[in-house]
Amino acid sequence: MTFWTDPFNFLFAWLSGVFQGWGMNEVLATVLVWFVGILLLVTFAMVLDIFLVWVERKVVARFQDRLGPNRIGPFGIFQPFADIVKLLIKEDITPIGADVILFNLAPIFSMMSVLLLWAILPFAPKMYGVDLNVAMLYLVAAGSIGTLSVIMAGWSSNNKYALMGSFRTVAQMISYEVPMVAAILVVTLMAGTMGTVGIVEAQQPFVPFWVYSPLALLIFLISAIAELGRSPFDLNEAESEIVAGFHIEYTGMKFGLFYAGELLHSFTFGGFIALLFFGGYRFFGLENLSPIVGAIIFLAKAMFFYWVIMWVKYTVPRIRIDHMLAFNWKFLTPLAFILLMVTALVNRLLLGSAWLVPGLFVSNLILIWLTIEYLKSQARKTRAQEEASVQSVAAEA
Amino acid sequence: MQNPWIYVGLFMIVGMLIPIAALVVARLLAPRKPNAIKQSTYECGIETVGDNWVQFKAQYYIFGLVFLVFDVETVFLFPWAVSLNKLPLFAVFEGIIFILILLAGLAYAWKKGMLEWV
Repeated sequence: MTFWTDPFNFLFAWLSGVFQGWGMNEVLATVLVWFVGILLLVTFAMVLDIFLVWVERKVVARFQDRLGPNRIGPFGIFQPFADIVKLLIKEDITPIGADVILFNLAPIFSMMSVLLLWAILPFAPKMYGVDLNVAMLYLVAAGSIGTLSVIMAGWSSNNKYALMGSFRTVAQMISYEVPMVAAILVVTLMAGTMGTVGIVEAQQPFVPFWVYSPLALLIFLISAIAELGRSPFDLNEAESEIVAGFHIEYTGMKFGLFYAGELLHSFTFGGFIALLFFGGYRFFGLENLSPIVGAIIFLAKAMFFYWVIMWVKYTVPRIRIDHMLAFNWKFLTPLAFILLMVTALVNRLLLGSAWLVPGLFVSNLILIWLTIEYLKSQARKTRAQEEASVQSVAAEA
Repeated sequence: MQNPWIYVGLFMIVGMLIPIAALVVARLLAPRKPNAIKQSTYECGIETVGDNWVQFKAQYYIFGLVFLVFDVETVFLFPWAVSLNKLPLFAVFEGIIFILILLAGLAYAWKKGMLEWV
């Protein structure tokens, strides 16, 4: 084990030795080293978050044919620091009648739920927080804390808009969790493990899991966008209806925490898309050079899918709440579970044979084709009904 | 390697400390001059009428119930998915029947009109 092949474990082993040399026992030394490692990881996430504010503002400006921040520093790169200073010195207002404890706890929980996800992201073969054997359940569970923080914020703000926004968010988040879990189940089934490192290692360099199951990727992407509450599923903070939704009464740094949490959440889900469907840190054997190269590959992939989520956000208009729920419960959930059944059967029947990947791919294509045909026939039926009703109204007149 | 959940617990503590630190810094730097108008509930410029904790649509509750069924059942599906490749083919069909029962519940809710937004 040298610095080049495994930098972090090398440093942590050295640090642990230093602590033990000071007379600590092994358990305490390990816990302290973990603490240092977690501080490093979380600080990295927060610095990345500051950078993401700039990325988001710059990219949205490009999508809307503007320049974006360009005054502070080269390309406006120091804009987020100015934003932070502004947020820090803004007055913190607690509305009358608010439940103060929950009101203050909600932004903390919102940020924590996102940071918790970073514990299981594998950046490189030997660079990850912890390799849990139930990582996928942990992903869903940590995401639920985010939902909890939203309803805490909405309920404690003592504001009708906030309450409405939080109810919408909770309806949306819990609904879209079902197809998301089904898509994760498809990946778990193909990898045969729930651990994040195991899932990445199960994907061959040339055939990551999106080749196995492109439909699962689509379902995961859609439900991840809904889970993040980004457009077209941003009903929770619809500006034209309920102004800002659950964080309407928050000012200063508390609002900043919600905002930063949302951006970091999007990036983290970009990372999970890269991890589950695009081979995580693997890139044609390049990751074997050094864990640092692996981490750069992983972050580049995560950034790409973060960009895809932004692309969707700034292209598609918001959908109505009944459409949003109907789309999930009447279309996405049945489709996801049918996909799960088909994948389970095909995967088990073709296990170990060379036909596994083509079989899964073709079964996915057939499923997509059948879905499109079904949607087309339904659309034709609805259109015929509407035309008939229009004609009958015209005939009566 | 020691218990990984100690690591997760530590992560949770650090994950809470970082936002708390940000809030403490804001508390030290930000001015505080509260008054009644500033602290009043925001409602697009008009005075709030009545209680703010209002009755909400029962539909949200129904969707919560439908979700609960699925969420509990997916927990059972995870062990099945992990060990599927080591189990006999029979287990696959068992799992499929389980999912079909789950979908029958969804179909029932659909038929009863619980999924309509009224």
